[in-house]
Amino acid sequence: MLNNSISIALADIGTAVKRYSLVGMLGWQDVRQRYRRSAVGPFWLTISMGVMIGTIGLVFGQIFNSPMKEFLPFLAAGMILWSFIATCLTEGCTSLIAAESIIKQLPIPLFVHVLRMLWRNTLILAHNIVIYPLVLLAVQKPLGIEALLSIPGFILLALNLAWASLLLGIFCARYRDLPQIITSVLQIAFYLTPIMWLPTLISGRSGTYLLDFNPIYHLIQIVRAPLLGQDVSSTSWWVAGAMALLGWCIAIIIYGHYKRRIAYWI
Amino acid sequence: MASIEFHNACVDFPIYNANARSLKKRLIEVATGGKISTNEKGRVTVRALENLTFSLNDGDRIGLLGHNGAGKSTLLRLLSGVYAPSSGTTKINGEVASLIDISLGIDPEATGRENIFIRGILLGMTKNDISKKLEEIIEFSELGDFIDMPVRTYSSGMHLRLAFAVSTTIRPEILIMDEWLSVGDEGFKHKAEMRMNDLVKATNILVIASHSRELIMHACNRVIWLEHGKVKMDADPTTVTRAYFGE
Repeated sequence: MLNNSISIALADIGTAVKRYSLVGMLGWQDVRQRYRRSAVGPFWLTISMGVMIGTIGLVFGQIFNSPMKEFLPFLAAGMILWSFIATCLTEGCTSLIAAESIIKQLPIPLFVHVLRMLWRNTLILAHNIVIYPLVLLAVQKPLGIEALLSIPGFILLALNLAWASLLLGIFCARYRDLPQIITSVLQIAFYLTPIMWLPTLISGRSGTYLLDFNPIYHLIQIVRAPLLGQDVSSTSWWVAGAMALLGWCIAIIIYGHYKRRIAYWI
Repeated sequence: MASIEFHNACVDFPIYNANARSLKKRLIEVATGGKISTNEKGRVTVRALENLTFSLNDGDRIGLLGHNGAGKSTLLRLLSGVYAPSSGTTKINGEVASLIDISLGIDPEATGRENIFIRGILLGMTKNDISKKLEEIIEFSELGDFIDMPVRTYSSGMHLRLAFAVSTTIRPEILIMDEWLSVGDEGFKHKAEMRMNDLVKATNILVIASHSRELIMHACNRVIWLEHGKVKMDADPTTVTRAYFGE
């Protein structure tokens, strides 16, 4: 029974990955569809993100009295990554629901729709990340070779987001109240995670709770720290790696178990 | 080699936003569609298909007959692998293509050429396949220079011709259709007909739902008549159409 559902899930995920050209095309199409006939296109996202980072940077930099050279790159990298994570999770909730017309007609592996959502958001992230070197330029901070370490960090982050959005997609197809709950939870997570505030500002016991026990902090840290020229703590790597492994195991079992039902729920 | 094997396949739809005990439901039950009932957990379910057992083999051209709500579309979805049976087993060997809605995936803002790729990849073709057949598809659709214009500028006839031209380039082993595809004006219809015939000839198994006696007699060699989710009759076209449509 368990073996059976695991093989169902693995077969579906395997075929989904093999149909990467479908994933790639649908993801591109999503981005293009949103900005067709607009002169600046997806860079509108970059512009609004840039404006937001600039504003928050000025205000909170003043409030926290942090030096801009340190605060602004931290905020930019954090905001860009957070918007990627948060959009992946909220859109993960609707990834299967939104694909209803395809799911009910073509026997395409369901995981394709999750991958499509991840790919679409990766493309948007690629547009947003342009801001980061500009910020570095503005505050005259160099970008070191260790920034390359953010690439494996990003892959690990994506692996984590993939299982999380697959699970969310399944549960949200069945329980339609869940997307709203997730949105609220993400909003809280945004304030609890050091994105707008520097982790050094918090000390003592509450720091341990907000940082070490916060999985999102570790996920952001494995990509953000290298970009800021800092070392990633081994705890962050371990937490992110363990989460990916454990999360995928759970996701595969649940997915295999409910896969046959999903088309009925949608 | 393609084959389809159904053994006691049932489809129950769970309905999550309905109240089991309502008079309206009682009334609907006697009207159309499947049987509405509550399962042991008190959840409302609609039984769309009940205990279907049959096997289809190479060369079978199946026509599905039945009134609205008899379960034809559900059966087509079960055959295409979109739904899994809630109980019983379905074994489908062979590559399936479903041409229920040929416009699925077409993006009105994209050009005709882009849409050929979108639609083709959705149907399981590779980019290479499509590139090879691109010229042929464009020529068949008779869209000329419009192929590089956004599809939203097309007339509905042009839109359908494009969708038809792409959708009929696939060569699946099992082909599933809801009604015969026919598009365009008189001249085009003839061309489309020939293309459909080629497609059907190339497939091992065809399953088509229809309300047309003529079509069933012309295209099928076996007919399944569904009523209230059950097989009422499964025989050769002449016998079934006689019973279904009357003499």
